[in-house]
Amino acid sequence: MSFLVLDRLTKKFGENTVVDALSFSVEKGEFISLLGPSGCGKTTTLQMIAGFVDATSGAVTLEGRDLLKVKPAQRGLGIVFQSYALFPHMSAAENVAFGLEMQRVPQAEREARVKQTLNLVGLSAFAGRYPRKMSGGQQQRVALARALVIKPRILLLDEPLSNLDAKLREEMQIELRQIQRTIGTTTILVTHDQSEAMSLSDRIVVMNAGRAEQIARPHEAYERPATSFVASFLGKTNVFGAALLRQGDTTFAVIGDGRWPVAHIAAERARVTVRPEKIGFGDSVACSMGGRIKMRVFQGNHWLYQVETPSGLVTVTRPNTGEAASEEGATVRVTWRAEDMVVQPEAS
Amino acid sequence: MSALAAPHRRQFTPWLLSGPAVLLFVGVMVVPIAMTVLLSFHDFSMSKGIQPVFILRNWHEVLTDGYFHEMFLRTLRISVIVTVACIALGLPEAYILNRMAPRWRSLFLLVILGPLLISVVARTLGWALLFGGETGLINKTLLRLGVIDSPVPFMFTETGVVVALTHVLIPFMILSVWTALQRVDPQTENAARSLGASQTTILRRIVLPQVMPGVLSGAIIVFALAASAFATPAIIGGRRLKVAATLAYDEFLNTLNWPLGAAVAVLLLVGLIAIIVGSNRLIERRYAQVFQ
Repeated sequence: MSFLVLDRLTKKFGENTVVDALSFSVEKGEFISLLGPSGCGKTTTLQMIAGFVDATSGAVTLEGRDLLKVKPAQRGLGIVFQSYALFPHMSAAENVAFGLEMQRVPQAEREARVKQTLNLVGLSAFAGRYPRKMSGGQQQRVALARALVIKPRILLLDEPLSNLDAKLREEMQIELRQIQRTIGTTTILVTHDQSEAMSLSDRIVVMNAGRAEQIARPHEAYERPATSFVASFLGKTNVFGAALLRQGDTTFAVIGDGRWPVAHIAAERARVTVRPEKIGFGDSVACSMGGRIKMRVFQGNHWLYQVETPSGLVTVTRPNTGEAASEEGATVRVTWRAEDMVVQPEAS
Repeated sequence: MSALAAPHRRQFTPWLLSGPAVLLFVGVMVVPIAMTVLLSFHDFSMSKGIQPVFILRNWHEVLTDGYFHEMFLRTLRISVIVTVACIALGLPEAYILNRMAPRWRSLFLLVILGPLLISVVARTLGWALLFGGETGLINKTLLRLGVIDSPVPFMFTETGVVVALTHVLIPFMILSVWTALQRVDPQTENAARSLGASQTTILRRIVLPQVMPGVLSGAIIVFALAASAFATPAIIGGRRLKVAATLAYDEFLNTLNWPLGAAVAVLLLVGLIAIIVGSNRLIERRYAQVFQ
């Protein structure tokens, strides 16, 4: 039995189904992300686990016990809110101590644990500071310390880094991961930022319109997206319409003037997605398609090309190896390995 | 325009721009108050009227006579009780208002603000119609039903003045607290709940401290308006139950002793300013670090 299990969890606001029979399970100590565009139901899911929103149907069980029957105040979950929701009239230390006070932890132990947790998030020098006098990153750390100090059974993070600037966000990502590894708290992160989800989590639940499109490890979801939504949401991708051609025992996907061997699919046409970094330029005719470089953009560690082909624009990224890059206007053949394609039958 | 003239002009522009407002302020505010202060040092006798001399007799009388002490103490007592009543009723009302669905909220906001659109005199007379002696609507009904033997004393009592003033002034408290509540991040309540706090604890330790500045500024408004209220104490309290404002009015218009009335009015003004500035300092010192 998994640590936390969501079983066909559903939330309807009137006629509008926000979370639609969502099921997944989380192992103890795991870091899992709910990733999706805004309005996909990820925050509502988190709020149902926290108990701030009542589920319409379905179940949430934590260590085999029905969590939905427990009052929010008794669930013992640590939550970091997007707005941090710090108590503005309390200093950092008082904010962190609040949860322990509610648990009636004796003062001596309380002080020790507050100190230890502020230390963990690197804020030991700011214990007496009020939230208004702290930077966004510092407030974030106080919020994290406040959630962690009660030794929560699960740590819930609701877009915790979205209010920070890009550089700070990256630093906090690394720190968050380190802290989570150190204390080993089971963590659920809600985010719309695919790079955040990929760099932090053990597994990602990619959500769209209240449903889980794919539940997989970050690498797997990126390389083997289950649906074209996952493919386009996780990083950049090229999507082609391909005709399926059967020749003897082999099936080929025909794109432009090129063709690639694929596993047999019972359909006439297919959608093929290929990541830009998997595409290269080559001379051979096998597994390649002719085109002309329309635009070339230098992006530091790599070049970005837009190649015009009979099947539409193809985005290609090539690492900047220091060798001469192909010029704009040049006629090229774009090529990729058959195993780098994701082929899905197209409904005709 | 020459470049040399520019700095010169810039120096005077703020004065020129604020000039009309400053003149208006001095004309309608500073001058009359200064004249009232001066008036309180003049002499008055029935035979000669107001004498433009400088004496301290009015001030001596106001500060030492037990009659005036009673009036000012009553004013203070009524204002404090009204302020406390407005906090006790207005605070929960504002909290409930803030948690209502927007549609209901606008309706109830109108209900709360509605009385402000009606003259204070009309509202106070309404109370008199309900409780005035044996003919008041409620008293009459209760008497007929045999619930009470004699009319509920309301007119010419301090309780009556307090009830009517609370009714008149409570919208100011509700608005002030509601404004403060709107600035509170509703997630702080959820955060406290997730940390194991009960609803009572959340209200006492999370919500109340955050709206305290609103409560205190509302209290200042209510206290100042209650202490200087004229129409309500005049109608409900009448001659028998005078407060500072009705006392000054009587000195001016009934005994025609303008200098004595001026001393009463100035003392009320000074007392109010002292209390308001004092409590404002207190609020600033207590909450400066948290709310800026």
